[in-house]
Amino acid sequence: MRPFSYERATDSGAAATAVKDHPEAMFLAGGTNLVDLMKLGVARPATLVDITRLPYDRIEHRADGSVLIGALVRNSELSGDPGVRERFPALAEALLSGASGQLRAIATTGGNLLQRTRCPYFQDVTKPCNKRTPGTGCSAIGGLHRDLGVIGTSDACVATHPSDMAVAMAVLDAIVHVRLADGADRTVPLSEFYLLPGDTPHRETVLASGDLVTRVELPAPPAGAVMRYWKVRDRWSYAFAVVSVAAVVATTADGTLREVRLALGGVAPVPWRARQAEQVLTGRHPTPELLRAAAQAEFAAARPLPQNAFKIDLATDMITTTVRHLAGGRQA
Amino acid sequence: MTMLERAVGAAVARIEGRDKVTGAARYAYEYPVPDVVYAWPVQSTIARGRVRVIDGDAALSQPDVIAVLDSGNAPRLQPTDDAEMAVLQSGDVAYRGQIVAAVVAGTLEAAREAAAAVRVDYDEDAHDVMLRTDDPQIFAPETVNAGFPGVLDVGDVERALAAAPVAIDATYSTPAEHTSPMEPHATIAIWDGDALTVYNGDQGPWMTSMALAALFGLPGGAVSVIADHVGGGFGSKALPRPPTVLAALAARAVGRPVKVALTRQQMFSLVTYRTPTIQRVRLGAGRDGRLAAISHDSLQQSSTLVEFCEQTVTPTRIMYAAPNRRTTHRLAQLDVPTPGWMRAPGEMPGMFALESAMDELAYALRMDPIEVRVVNEPSADPESGLPFSSRNLVACLREGAARFGWAERDPTPGVRRDGRWLIGSGVAASTYPVYTMASTAVARAEPGGGFTVRVAAADIGTGARTALAQIAADELRVPLERVGIEVGRSGLGSAPFAGGSMGTSSWGWAVSKACRALVKELAERSGAIPSDGLETQADTTEDLQNRKQLSRHAFGAQFAEVRVDADSGQVRVDRLLGVFAAGRIVNARTARSQLLGGMIMGLSTALYENLEMDPQSGDFANHDLAGYHIASNSDVRRIEAHWIDEHDDELNPVGTKGIGEIGIVGTAAAIANAVHHATGSRQRHLPITLDRVRATLPR
Ligand SMILES: Cc1cc2nc3c(=O)[nH]c(=O)nc-3n(C[C@H](O)[C@H](O)[C@H](O)COP(=O)(O)OP(=O)(O)OC[C@H]3O[C@@H](n4cnc5c(N)ncnc54)[C@H](O)[C@@H]3O)c2cc1C
Repeated sequence: MRPFSYERATDSGAAATAVKDHPEAMFLAGGTNLVDLMKLGVARPATLVDITRLPYDRIEHRADGSVLIGALVRNSELSGDPGVRERFPALAEALLSGASGQLRAIATTGGNLLQRTRCPYFQDVTKPCNKRTPGTGCSAIGGLHRDLGVIGTSDACVATHPSDMAVAMAVLDAIVHVRLADGADRTVPLSEFYLLPGDTPHRETVLASGDLVTRVELPAPPAGAVMRYWKVRDRWSYAFAVVSVAAVVATTADGTLREVRLALGGVAPVPWRARQAEQVLTGRHPTPELLRAAAQAEFAAARPLPQNAFKIDLATDMITTTVRHLAGGRQA
Repeated sequence: MTMLERAVGAAVARIEGRDKVTGAARYAYEYPVPDVVYAWPVQSTIARGRVRVIDGDAALSQPDVIAVLDSGNAPRLQPTDDAEMAVLQSGDVAYRGQIVAAVVAGTLEAAREAAAAVRVDYDEDAHDVMLRTDDPQIFAPETVNAGFPGVLDVGDVERALAAAPVAIDATYSTPAEHTSPMEPHATIAIWDGDALTVYNGDQGPWMTSMALAALFGLPGGAVSVIADHVGGGFGSKALPRPPTVLAALAARAVGRPVKVALTRQQMFSLVTYRTPTIQRVRLGAGRDGRLAAISHDSLQQSSTLVEFCEQTVTPTRIMYAAPNRRTTHRLAQLDVPTPGWMRAPGEMPGMFALESAMDELAYALRMDPIEVRVVNEPSADPESGLPFSSRNLVACLREGAARFGWAERDPTPGVRRDGRWLIGSGVAASTYPVYTMASTAVARAEPGGGFTVRVAAADIGTGARTALAQIAADELRVPLERVGIEVGRSGLGSAPFAGGSMGTSSWGWAVSKACRALVKELAERSGAIPSDGLETQADTTEDLQNRKQLSRHAFGAQFAEVRVDADSGQVRVDRLLGVFAAGRIVNARTARSQLLGGMIMGLSTALYENLEMDPQSGDFANHDLAGYHIASNSDVRRIEAHWIDEHDDELNPVGTKGIGEIGIVGTAAAIANAVHHATGSRQRHLPITLDRVRATLPR
């Protein structure tokens, strides 16, 4: 038997203290990812600190059009929130395209952001994996990697971040609120929250031990913007993205792109904000040629592997379709 | 009596349905057993080699751990043909994931944790795990699964192909697939002296009892197998698999009852998967569509432990008339787990290739795909020359065409659009042999006026229990409520397993015979029932031997309508429609479920299922249900299964052909043919994933 202790935190200070400086302690939210990883032997916490009773379970719409989402808000609640559906529909779409109804009813906002990769080698302790056991090597690069990353990857790791929600949040310029282990509050833009693997793929975020995600803030979307989350997957539900695209588009009267934001899922170790493509597109007419050029600019730095090179082409088509739909004024 | 409605044919709800949905039905793992302990397998982390040392000290020092078993200290078993069953009998490793040791402990958790602490050192050899056509060790087995000849060659195929005005030559492939039944494999083994009781997720309790008795060197009656309820099997619970043997072995070793239950991940290497295949089909036809030559060759894999060669090209032998025919199997024995029976072994992969090729032929001929099949309809079994007991393929095609609206179909590929979506439809034929095996059954008239029927059948979720009770009720000429039915236990008498779609035919025959005998005896006694009841037994061995020599097969036609997203390559099956001719349908409700279930599994095969071998580790990499995709509810839209009234007196007294497997046969070809119709491109490799579709879409 592998014993571990379980405590239920009553306030965030106690939660942080219980985890800080105890590398073997972990926060437990919905447990839909962590408990699975414990069963597989990938996560072996000595202590679970249950944070689900902490007071971060609210969705607060503010007068300026922004929203503050508690880290413990369940995915199902967030996707059903009328304000979110009305003003951040891409987030609701992303959430509803993820996992299953049962899982979404348990999974939390914070846990979703911090879920681990689905790379099969990461999840199998009998195989080498630099992310799970640094220095052992990457089994995916010479093995099966159709579902893994094409951009932002490294020679040490090609795993992808699996979250749909985080891709929508990336395109919505989300800001993560963190209560640091020492009690101080800090905000981190989502675009700086995740780390690229480089040669330390086991380090995935800027969080240190005991740092607690408390909320996610979404600023008001640009006036007149339309948005969409489109997920392409290997079956019609209950599958992680092969590639997903989140887009926010605002056009001027003559059809030029006043503002365009793009984020991609399924292609990178982090929710991938496609800044290069955005730059190419902003202020221009979204012709198919330009959209293709924008995607090409984005993927100039890609590192495709033999089985997953198709993702670049797929993402290009998806960007093209999505932006043209949205620029046509339709909430596709 | 004349007023009594026949039970056979009615849409009767499962007898045990309420028990299942309320949780009262017990599955193997759930029986309370005093003093029980738990065994957890330690699986090899190499694909080929030998165990050098097993160090169980760290495991043994953990709390609650009772024993660490390996090939050095495990009880000895009798030699067996099925080397997969020789668990812990040698230190040789034939595939990654093979059981090399096991920990027995007082709790499941303790056993699992200690198993992770067992240190195994290996002498590792290079492994060969990938099926490829240029592997020098490929050979052609003389016989293949179910006893079919490996190679058949009639006429001169090469000459006929060369001379044919229209010819098709195409290579198809199907991936390894995993059975993945809902209930993971589980066993409780209890020894009492030299008697063994096994609660097992089992498709054939009597046959398992015989196999285990032989393995442990015991007389046949010494092993009792109990499988009251089974959560699916799809072939993987037909023969005892390593976890069942491990439970019995561990219980023998520690002298206490032992439970074994596999995790979903462990199932992928320890219980049955379907071999991948690489198939070449060549067809040669005249301009009138008549086939002059059919050639179908299939390459597949087995392990180095067991020569299992799936009978992939056997359906081709009976499908179409052609004077020149060659059908061959070849096998590569690799460092992989042993593949085995998965729903319609042979027919599923074989008919994907043949029925795709028939569609290609129809397009090459500019002929309707249904008409190509109709003109090649044989008057007798092309292989044996025997008459068919009944053959209603054409009726199924016609009925399906009418229901589906085939007549309105424009055959031109790649021209129908609905926004981003490309639309298409396709058809394929289905077939499945009528297997029947001898069975025994007992019928009893109880003093209180009720009846009890006993047969060692297995209800693996199919509704077999209910169907057998219906058969009994009609033979006894009483309402269904008066028939008590007992199945799922080896002690009920000899009986075959639930496999080969033969359950209802084989068990039903014995049930019907026992009931008829009982009715006769009761009549002779003018209905008087002795105080301890009246019992008759039946054994169908001789009846089977006395059947006429005929070719017995079920047939069907499957129609699919698909839409393909031109932007992403995703395929969506909007509609599936199947029409089957499978003899008498005993229970309209459970039969429909079997046929729909088969069709859904066929859809799953067409688009999703793919057990991926990792060449480096020699392991199936996607060994869980998040990575191994099976069709979900939202993948299935409109789906219909129909059957035609088929009366065939040359089968068995009930007139059944079997419906468990035919539903999966042909579905994948119908869908692949529909994808061609939608996009204009052939998909010859399963599954039809979006990247494969995208590779063929015009840019
Ligand atoms: C079968 C299956 C299919 C799925 N399919 C999809 C899919 O299609 N798309 C998708 O996006 N997701 C999918 N998921 C993943 C699912 O979204 C995540 O498991 C879930 O969002 C995790 O949330 P949780 O609250 O259960 O996290 P937990 O499992 O409780 O925690 C996950 C991690 O986050 C840490 N953590 C949690 N909360 C905090 C916090 N507030 N501060 C700091 N650390 C924290 C935990 O310590 C742990 O390391 C799937 C999961 C399963 C099991």
